[in-house]
This record gives sequence, C-alpha cells and structure tokens, in this order.
Amino acid sequence: MKGGQALIKSLIDKGADTVFGYPGGQLLPLYDMIYDSDLKHILVRHEQCAAHAADGYARASGKVGVCIATSGPGATNLVTGIATAYMDSSPVLSIAGQVPTHLIGNDAFQEVDMIGITMPITKHNFQVTDANDIPAIVNSSFDIALSGRPGPIVIDLPKDIQEQELEEYRNESVEIPGYKPTKKGHGLQIKRAAQTIIKSKKPVILAGGGVISAGASNELKKLSKLINAPVTTTLLGKSSFPEDNPVSMGMLGMHGRKVANLSVNESDCLIALGCRFSDRTTGKIDEFAPNAIIIHIDVDPAEIGKNVDVDIPIVGDAKIVLQSLIKLLKKDSTPLNTLKWIEHVKEFNKSCIPRISFENNLPLKPQQVMKELAQALDEETIMTTDVGQNQMWMAHFYNTQKPRTFISSGGLGTMGFGFPAAMGAKVAMPENDVVAVCGDGGFLMVCQDLATVKEYDIPVVVCVLDNRYLGMVAQWQKLFYNERMSHTHLGEVPDFVKLAESFGVRAERVEKVGETEKALKDALKSGEPTLIDIIIDPEEILPMVPPGCGLTEIVGEYKIEREIPGEIPYKQTKKAHEGGD
Amino acid sequence: MVMKMENPDSEKNHIISALVEHKPGVLQRVAGLFTRRGFNIDSITVGESEIQGIARMTIIAQGDEKVLEQVTKQLNKLLDVIKVRDLEVENTVKRELCLIKVHAPTEKVRSEIIQYANIFRGSIIDVSSEALTIEITGDSDKINALTDLLKGFGIKELARTGPTAISRGGKTI
Repeated sequence: MKGGQALIKSLIDKGADTVFGYPGGQLLPLYDMIYDSDLKHILVRHEQCAAHAADGYARASGKVGVCIATSGPGATNLVTGIATAYMDSSPVLSIAGQVPTHLIGNDAFQEVDMIGITMPITKHNFQVTDANDIPAIVNSSFDIALSGRPGPIVIDLPKDIQEQELEEYRNESVEIPGYKPTKKGHGLQIKRAAQTIIKSKKPVILAGGGVISAGASNELKKLSKLINAPVTTTLLGKSSFPEDNPVSMGMLGMHGRKVANLSVNESDCLIALGCRFSDRTTGKIDEFAPNAIIIHIDVDPAEIGKNVDVDIPIVGDAKIVLQSLIKLLKKDSTPLNTLKWIEHVKEFNKSCIPRISFENNLPLKPQQVMKELAQALDEETIMTTDVGQNQMWMAHFYNTQKPRTFISSGGLGTMGFGFPAAMGAKVAMPENDVVAVCGDGGFLMVCQDLATVKEYDIPVVVCVLDNRYLGMVAQWQKLFYNERMSHTHLGEVPDFVKLAESFGVRAERVEKVGETEKALKDALKSGEPTLIDIIIDPEEILPMVPPGCGLTEIVGEYKIEREIPGEIPYKQTKKAHEGGD
Repeated sequence: MVMKMENPDSEKNHIISALVEHKPGVLQRVAGLFTRRGFNIDSITVGESEIQGIARMTIIAQGDEKVLEQVTKQLNKLLDVIKVRDLEVENTVKRELCLIKVHAPTEKVRSEIIQYANIFRGSIIDVSSEALTIEITGDSDKINALTDLLKGFGIKELARTGPTAISRGGKTI
C-alpha cells in the first residue's frame, strides 16, 4: 500500500464519507489513487470553498469535515477557511499537498511553508515525513479535531510520501503526552456554582457554541427550567436553545435583542456556557453584567478570565458539567427566589419582540424577508449565513429551534462563507433542507461554486439579499462616518439571475411581498439548487450598540410590534435597576 | 538562543520553565505564541531534559500577570508542550553562559584581562596574538559586570546563551 492509499483508507475508516477538494501538481499521485477509491470527492471551483464546505459539513453534522488542496497557492487558498474554522472551533481537517521532501526549503515550484503559515490558526498541524506514520496521523487528527475544544488540523503531505510504499498499515494513534482535555469539571467549583445559583434572584444563562459542540442542548433546557433562568445566546450559540420558548431572549451583544442586553445588565448571576466573551458579545467590558456573579463553564482553560473576570470558573465539557450541576441543584431543597424574575423577563420579552411585518413597504424590508423565510421553512432546515447585515438580520429576526440549524462565521467574520458552508451542510445532511442567506457582496466572492452545486446536484437554496451595498460597512459609514459612503456601493452588475442561469442553476428574482415565501417553497419542491435574488431596501439598518459602548446603549429604535404599558424604558441607568425587579 | 538581551527592571521578570517534545517546529510554535499574545521574550534556551525525547525550555520574559496567565494557558494548549510552570524568582537558580572575545594586542593587556577573568571565575578558552576569549558562567548580573569591565579593552564579539533555570530544593515542575 502506498502513502496516498493509506491516507484514503484512514479517512474512510474514520468515517469521512465525502471530501471537498481541488487537485494540482503535487497531488497528482493522491488524486490518481482517489480515482480508484471509494472516497467520495467533490470538486469545488476554488479551494477556499473546499475549506468552507468542509466547515459547513462539520458544523451541520458534528463530524470532521475534510478538504484537500494542492501545495502553494492551493494551500494558501485554504487559509481563510482554516482560520474561520479555528475562530469558531470547528473540526476541519485540511490536507495540503507539498513538494517532494528533497525539495522542501528550496523554494521549489508551488512550495509554501504551510506548517509555518497555519501554526497560529490550527489546533495542531502535521507534516508527514514517512508514509508509515499516515494512519496514526490521520487517526490522531480526527481525535484532536473533535475532542476538548474542537478545532482545525492541517496535514502537509509531500508528493514523494504519497507514493512511498508502507511496510505495514498499522491502525494506531500518535501518543500525545501534552494533550489531555479536562472534561469533568472541578467538583468543588460546581458546588459553589450551585450554591450561587440557589441564592440568586435574577439568573441569566448565556449559551455559546460550546453548548452545541458538546451536545448539551437538553441539559441547557433542563437547567433553564429548573432555576427559572431566561436564556440568551452568542451568535455561535444560536440554535442551542429553542427560540420560540418564552424564556428565550435571542442573541446578546452588539446586534443583540434589547431584552437580552438589558436582562444581562440587570442579572445578579450570569451562567456562561461554552462561550468566550467576544467583544461583539460583551460590548464595553467594564460595563458588562455589572451586577452579576459570573459563572463560566468552558472546556478551554485559556478562555477563563481571558476577556471577562470570572467569579466561579469551571473547566470542563458543557454537557458533563451541566449534568453534575443539575444533579446538585435537584438535591437541594432550598426554595428558589426566581419566579418573579422569570415572569418579569417573559413579559418584557413579549413587549419588545422586534417587528417583522412590513407588508406595505417596497423595496422589501429585510425583516419582511426574514418573516417569509420563517413561514416557508421548517425547524429542521439548516440555515447558513454570510457575514454582515444579512447575518445580523438572520441572527436577530429569524428564530431557530434545533441545534446545528444555524451556521455562521462568527469569530473571523468571513464574507463568502455562507454559500459554500451550505453546500457542505447539504452534503452532510441530505435529508434536511439547507438555505444560505447571503449578501450580494459576500455571495459574489464565491459565486463560481454555483458550478459545483450544479455538477454534483447539491440542492441548496441561496437567498441573495440584494441591496447593492456592502451593507454593514455602509451602515457604519452612515452612523459613524458622516454618511461618507466610501467604496461600499456595489454598482449595477451582475444580474444574479442571469449569472445563476449561466451555470444552469435555477434562479428567480423577488421584489414584492409574498414572493420570497413562494419562491422558497418552489425551490425546495424542485429539489434543484436554486438562487433567489431578493431585492431589498438599502436604507434599512439594524439597531446596534456602537463599538466601545455598554450593552444598554442601543442605537436605532426598534420597530416594536406591540407596546406593553410599564415596559422598562430604553436606556436605563444601572442605579435604577438596583431598586426593584 | 537570545532574541533580545535587555533587562529593564521596570516590569516584573518571569522565568517560565516548560517541558516540550524535542522535535522540529516546537520552538517556532512557542516563540510564535508569545509574539501573537503580545508578550516580549528576553531569551529562550532549549536543551535536553532528564527525559529522553523531551526538551526543557527556559523562557525569560516580562509583563503583567494577566498577560502571563494567558500566555501560560495558551502554551499549555500547544500539543507539543507537556508542562509549563512560572518559576518563583526567589526560589530559582538561574545560570547563563557567556563567551567574550576581547581585543588584547599586548602582553600587558592580556595579563590584565586574565586577572579580571580570574576574579569572576571565568576561564580563558582561546588565545591569539591579538585577542583572548573568556568563558564565564553565572547569573546575568555577574556577566553584565564583567562585560562592563572588559568594554574598556574593546569587546570584539560576545555570545550569551540567555539564562537557564531550575527551582531550588527537591521539587520538580
């Protein structure tokens, strides 16, 4: 058996049913072996899409997503995708071709130091120097990528190693003495957390992406119910808790919902699960959760105390720690003091549900589009987003119910992520509908992969929210740079419908109320990949917390659907909160 | 390997001792991490440890506690790093090796330099008609004192290893 065959066998044995890749000179031996193998390979049209598709595959399924690219430019084209996966803790395995070992370091044709380049953006990387190590390296890559805090791995594979004959295929793992992720959580700390929770009057749960990767959604629901705590999420935590639940407050942060931002501000006990307190979540750090004792549960010890000072840190897997915590809380018979709080939050929540019906407005308001998306799709539908306004509209206005149904580039904020991620998600979960919501800017960065969805018949639906602006940057220019719209208008081309049709992809343009819902239903019914070009109002902006401000300083009025008398005023000082519930 | 040989007293000094896998790329991973997290390294020394295949790194750096804590945690996350400890400065022995090539054109100058070297318990390891090379081991202050003295003669070349360190008493990291 040769190195390349060993790689393919190890991948298949580890359950990688599909890989996304793009061949090249230094991968000729491997691709020659793929030709004879059972490995399902999808030829993308740009390596970056291979990495994003592997990422979408991983996030939708919880399995490792695999992508392959050749040495040099192929490998560097993966880098954005690898960094995206690293920031969002996604288990992506990238296999990069490399020049033959005797040429490494000679600046050979298409040589690049992929190990050096990806060191800061991978959980670990390997350069294979002996084909006999391949099974162990692949096995370890899968184990490392998935365990502890998940993350991307790179395997750098020189051309001669692909052809080297193995002495023996040994199905083993590399021993790594420096890698022992903590799972269980410290018993004493969990006890302290339980005691704090029992004493609290205004608990709030903040759920991050760690809840989803640990598969702890059920435990999260149980905890919320047990202690009457409302739940808010980070962007990556979206879909960890059903958002139609009356105690769900939606997303927290710069573009968070008002109820979430104000409740965290008021809370006396914040239980943060599997999140890293990014600046987009906390706003001005000094003013974050000023009244709360903060309990932080995370599998990565380096996240504890990194951004926010934590009172009770617990290092461990969200699911395992929550199970222990719930057990302790159930044993304790002290009556809880939180009913008044949860009732208050529920009422407040109802009073500030953002308005999504705009049936008399043209061009279409994005909120109305979100509403029609929700009407056309079921809770099993996997949504991916691009980055920018489209992403925040989705995060803000579209409710998700089940884990792994909302996939978005959070940490790195990679434009062009949504469409290829949807492609990967659909490959991983063919039974689920998959819809990508993109902006016109981001989609155009990756539109060449319409060829891939057509060729491989991957029936994703791409909704392009078309306002001819780089909307998020334009929004900041409007709000903070005196409306000087420097290089954010995208002009009149392309015609997205014609563009899609040139790839043989079904396409439709939507301009009026009601058409989005219909177009989506038709697209899903057709079973074909479809692009829907939705012309939206370029003037619409989101309510937001300006950078460097505290979470309560929301700019841009909500269009409130219903007003309830006695609602907490918009901007409240911290003093005023201390008075009563 | 000495990356930057300054030792201002303004910020707190840290001696970080780490056991790492002895293989290519580990130094790059560790050094890269310090740069990325905004922590300045004064020196790194790497060499074999008591365990086969495992190297000990001694990193001298300065910075505030919070950044140090973050760097230590990030170091621990590297798969090639097995153990990390911030050694207490007062309970640690620290030694550095320095080779100094001094301009010594005459008999008189040579004997003067040899006397200085003896006072500092250094030894002469190379002699030629125009230069002497001194080897000296000690803590950084001692080495600084000798190099200050020798500056008057003209130091042609100087090579310092940067400190390596081990904790006092029977405890290990």
